[in-house]
Amino acid sequence: MFPKPIEKQPRGAQITYQAMLPLALLLWLGPLLAVALFSVKPAADFTNANYWGMPSSFEGAYNYGQVFFNSDMPRYLLNSFMITIPTVIGAVALSCMTGFALGIYKFRSNIWIFFMFVAGNFVPFQILMVPVRDLTLELGLYNTKTGLVLFHIAFQTGFCTLFMRNFIRALPFELIEAARVEGISEWRIFWYVVLPLMKPAIAALSVLIFTFIWNDYFWAVVLTQGAESQPVTAGITSFNAQFRAAYQLMSAGSIVAALPPVAMFFLMQKHFIAGLTLGAVK
Amino acid sequence: MSAVDVPEQESWFHRNQQRIAPWLFLAPGLLFFMVYVIIPVFQSFNLSLYEWDGLGAAEYVGFRNYEDLYWELADRDAFYISLKNNLIWLIMYLLAIPAGLFIALFLNQTVWGIRLYKSLFFFPFVISQVVVGLVFTWFYDPTFGLLNEFLGFFGFGPLNVLGDERFVTYGIIFAGLWPQTAYCMILYLTGLNAVDPEQIEAGRLDGAKGGRMLWHIILPQLRPATFIAFVVTIIGALRSFDLISIMTQGGPFGSSRVLAYYMFEVALSEYGFRMGYGAAIAVILFLIMLCFIAYFLWSMYREERGH
Repeated sequence: MFPKPIEKQPRGAQITYQAMLPLALLLWLGPLLAVALFSVKPAADFTNANYWGMPSSFEGAYNYGQVFFNSDMPRYLLNSFMITIPTVIGAVALSCMTGFALGIYKFRSNIWIFFMFVAGNFVPFQILMVPVRDLTLELGLYNTKTGLVLFHIAFQTGFCTLFMRNFIRALPFELIEAARVEGISEWRIFWYVVLPLMKPAIAALSVLIFTFIWNDYFWAVVLTQGAESQPVTAGITSFNAQFRAAYQLMSAGSIVAALPPVAMFFLMQKHFIAGLTLGAVK
Repeated sequence: MSAVDVPEQESWFHRNQQRIAPWLFLAPGLLFFMVYVIIPVFQSFNLSLYEWDGLGAAEYVGFRNYEDLYWELADRDAFYISLKNNLIWLIMYLLAIPAGLFIALFLNQTVWGIRLYKSLFFFPFVISQVVVGLVFTWFYDPTFGLLNEFLGFFGFGPLNVLGDERFVTYGIIFAGLWPQTAYCMILYLTGLNAVDPEQIEAGRLDGAKGGRMLWHIILPQLRPATFIAFVVTIIGALRSFDLISIMTQGGPFGSSRVLAYYMFEVALSEYGFRMGYGAAIAVILFLIMLCFIAYFLWSMYREERGH
């Protein structure tokens, strides 16, 4: 293990390390803790310039209540879920198949199609912006959740294919050969042999895509406007315009908007990290 | 295979199954990807040769959009500033890699509760950039921001980071480094987990310690992690849009624009719907990215050959 395990260091070093951990964490999350503090303060604290002192009264319930019952925030949250969940399902389903095709079969254009998915995944959004916006307008899907979902599925398929294909490559190929010898059709091999083995990859991708799509802002701004279809990342700007200078409410709103992917991360931590660090170890 | 009576028309499919199957599996994903990603890239290239307001008829203007961009560059106008800021982003953003390594080394211990610490350090990456932008806008606020409270404690400030043309880009990059460092940290933590303990022991016996050990024994084994950290950091730097849009909207006086934001501003904001001109900016950004994409693909290709 590197660096040298702290248990093998002198007692002084151990105590210093144990003391530094919480301090470093406090420093690291400082800006976030500040927002959390803001979100439980009463409005009066801001007019009295009591920014950093203790809250003069604890108004967390009131502030978060305002966010949930007196703003468009629940609407935006619902939109976000209605955009994110279909995208996750769609992108994972498509990439299970593309990943299977590119991971199992040997044909001449295999590597080039694979590279096309990888390269497309790295493209800057701006070069897609005008044509995708036009296409969405032409399909009559501008300012709808469906328009956003279709684009997200297509774009995420690039990354998901990279992920799935590499995962399938690492599976024991003998399994497939054995199944073929048995005369099992390719579709059944996919469905009954490979797909059950892909469960960890599907879990990892699902949490990753959930986070990516939940946090998307650019496409939300380009393809939607207004509370009926905008997700929470785009909605928070109108939310903030509505509560201009009400820092306690803007803070509470931001925390609510950030929470679902955070919850997802803590619930599915193992899969999340496995997904993010795919390829970081040989 | 048992010789059950397979009807004649099925057997062609049966015989060629292994050649057809991959294309059937690829079809839906490939179709989506073509329509929404690959074709639009070419459409943007084409569009950059036109002048178009998004509604009326597009007018072919040849390379005039690029000429205009050239003059903006020569006059040190918006395009020049965006390009310069993109370069600053690229270079500064790479700091996330050593910073992530540093935190990973700090946290790579087995004391009580360390797993929770690792998760909490990773936290900023999970939060949307929009919220990161808001958090840091308040952090920099000249009247009550935490930064100025801190500076004031030492008798400095107040400093209006986001309102000062000299600091604004660095201020936004610093906000961006926060989640990016967290990402690099998790990559390195995973990499450190897999470092070969025998090599470390051998190094220790040879008297390697601290920095020398890190440089000669640990870092070479962390190469895959470094490569991925490099890829995601470069992509992240060139994609910087959310933070700029939330924190400054390109201001003050357009001094924090980058190509990604400038393009959006030109094509889709109150400054007018100049789609062709926006497409030309996007093409430039794409070409910059293409250098890196080509390099990444080349590395991957070598790896594939190696297997």
